[in-house]
Amino acid sequence: MATHKRGHKYPGRLIVVEGCDGSGKSTQVYLLRRWLEGNGYPVFFTEWNSSELVKSATKKAKKHRMLTPTTFSLIHASDFADRYETLILPHLQAGHIVLADRYVYTAYARDLVRGCDESWVHNSYRFAVKPDLAFYFQAPLEVSLHRILVGRPELKYHEAGMDLGLSTDPKESFRIFQGLIKQQYDRMVSRFGLTVMDATKPILELQQEMRAIVMVDLADYGNHHVYKALEQVAAAEELAPAIEQQTEHAPVAAPATEGGDEK
Amino acid sequence: MSDRWSYYGKGLPYLPQEDWPGWLVVMEGADGAGRSTQNGLLKEWIEQQGLPVLDTGLKRSTLVSKEITKAKAGNLLGRTTLSLLYTTDLADQLENQMIPALRAGYVVLADRYIFTMMARDLARGASRSWLEQLFGFALKPDLVIYLRTSPEERLHRALDKHETLDFWESGMDLGLAADRYTSFLKYQALLQDHYERMASQYGFATLDGSDSPHQIHHHVRELATRTLKGGGLVAAT
Repeated sequence: MATHKRGHKYPGRLIVVEGCDGSGKSTQVYLLRRWLEGNGYPVFFTEWNSSELVKSATKKAKKHRMLTPTTFSLIHASDFADRYETLILPHLQAGHIVLADRYVYTAYARDLVRGCDESWVHNSYRFAVKPDLAFYFQAPLEVSLHRILVGRPELKYHEAGMDLGLSTDPKESFRIFQGLIKQQYDRMVSRFGLTVMDATKPILELQQEMRAIVMVDLADYGNHHVYKALEQVAAAEELAPAIEQQTEHAPVAAPATEGGDEK
Repeated sequence: MSDRWSYYGKGLPYLPQEDWPGWLVVMEGADGAGRSTQNGLLKEWIEQQGLPVLDTGLKRSTLVSKEITKAKAGNLLGRTTLSLLYTTDLADQLENQMIPALRAGYVVLADRYIFTMMARDLARGASRSWLEQLFGFALKPDLVIYLRTSPEERLHRALDKHETLDFWESGMDLGLAADRYTSFLKYQALLQDHYERMASQYGFATLDGSDSPHQIHHHVRELATRTLKGGGLVAAT
C-alpha cells in the first residue's frame, strides 16, 4: 500500500480489519492494539454495530425480524455514522490512531448480498474517509466456517443470513451466506486497495506481518504534540493520583479542518 | 418498474415489479404551514368518495422513531446520523406500511416525505448529491402538494399555537443567531429556499398557504380529484 496518498487530511491514522466471521481478524487487531499502546501511541479502538444509541433499535428490529434489505442497510449506516461522528472523526482530527474492527466494507459486502444496489450502498457511506490501511483476512470458506461452527450450538438469525431465505437450516444458510460474503470481499480487494492477509497462517506470523506493514505506514506519523500531551497527562497522574479520570482527554490541539469528508 | 410506479433512484431492487392499484399523495410544507389541517380534510373527503386512506408521516415507524425522539431531546446526534435515522424511519414505513397499502388499493396520504428531510439536511450543509442518491429508494408520489407560507406567517402561527419557538424548528443547532426569534426567521428562510428549488425540480403543486383553510381545501380537492381520476375511480363533485 502506498504510504503517501492518504484518503483523508487528518493528522490521525485509520487502520481497519475486515474479513468473514472466523477469519481471526479480531484477534489480530487486538494484538496490534496491544503493541501500539505498548509503544506509547494514542490508540482508539471501535467495533461494528456498537453505537449505544442505535444498538437498542437494531436489537429490537432483529429480534422481531422487521428489517428489509434497505432498512437493514440504513440502520447499520446510522450506527456507523453515530460512531463515526462522535468517536472516529474526533480521534482522527486529534491525531490519534483509530483501529476499527470492521468498517464500511462489511456493509458493502452484506448489503450487496442482501440485494441492495451497489452504488446506493456506497453512497450511503460516502461521508466516511478512506482508511490508511484496510487489512482483509482472507481464508478459504471451509476454514472460517470450521472456526465458527465448531463448539457453537446455535447461530443467530441474521448472522446465519436466514433472512435471505437461502436455506431453512441455519448452518446450511450460514455456509451459503458466508460464501457470498467472501465473494464480495474478494471482489473488493483491487477496487478498494485492501491489503490481503492469508488468514490460514499461524497467529504470530500474521501479527508480525501486520506490524511490519503498519510500521511502514506510521513512518511519517509525527504527532509529537499528541505524545507530549499524553506525557503531561501521565505526569499529572503521578503527581495527583486522585484525579485519574482525565486520562483520555489531554488538551490536544485539534487542527481546524472541516467538511473534507464529502467527495 | 411498472408503468404506474417508479423510484427517484435505484429503488428497492429486490421487490417484484408490480402495478399497485393505490395512490401516493404527499403534503409538504414547513411546520406551521397548515399541513395537518389540510390532511385531515383531505382524508375525510377521500373517504367520503369511498376510498380507504392510510395516514403516514415522518418519524412514525415502529423501528427507530423512539430513538430519534430520545436523541433529539438530548441533542445527542451528529447531523449525518440524524439524517440516516430519519431515512431509516421513512424506508421502514415505505416498505412495511405504504407499499402494502398501495398494493391493497389505498390512498396513502403522507404528511411530509423525503422533501422536508432534504430541506432540513441541506440547510445543515449536507451534500445534495448524497441526499438525492440516498433517497433513491423512495417511490415517486402521484401528487405532491406544497403549502407555501412565509417564515413570518409561520412564526406567528407557532407562537399562537405553542406560545414558544421550538428548538429544532428555530434551527438553534445551526448557531445562526443567539436568540430564538432571529434564528427561527433565518432558519425558516433557509428552508424556504430549498422548498422553492425543489418545487420546480420535483414538480410540486404549490398552493398559497396564507389562504383560508377552506379555500386551500378547495384547491387540494381539485388536485386530488385530478390525480385519483387518473386511476379511473373517483367521480369529482
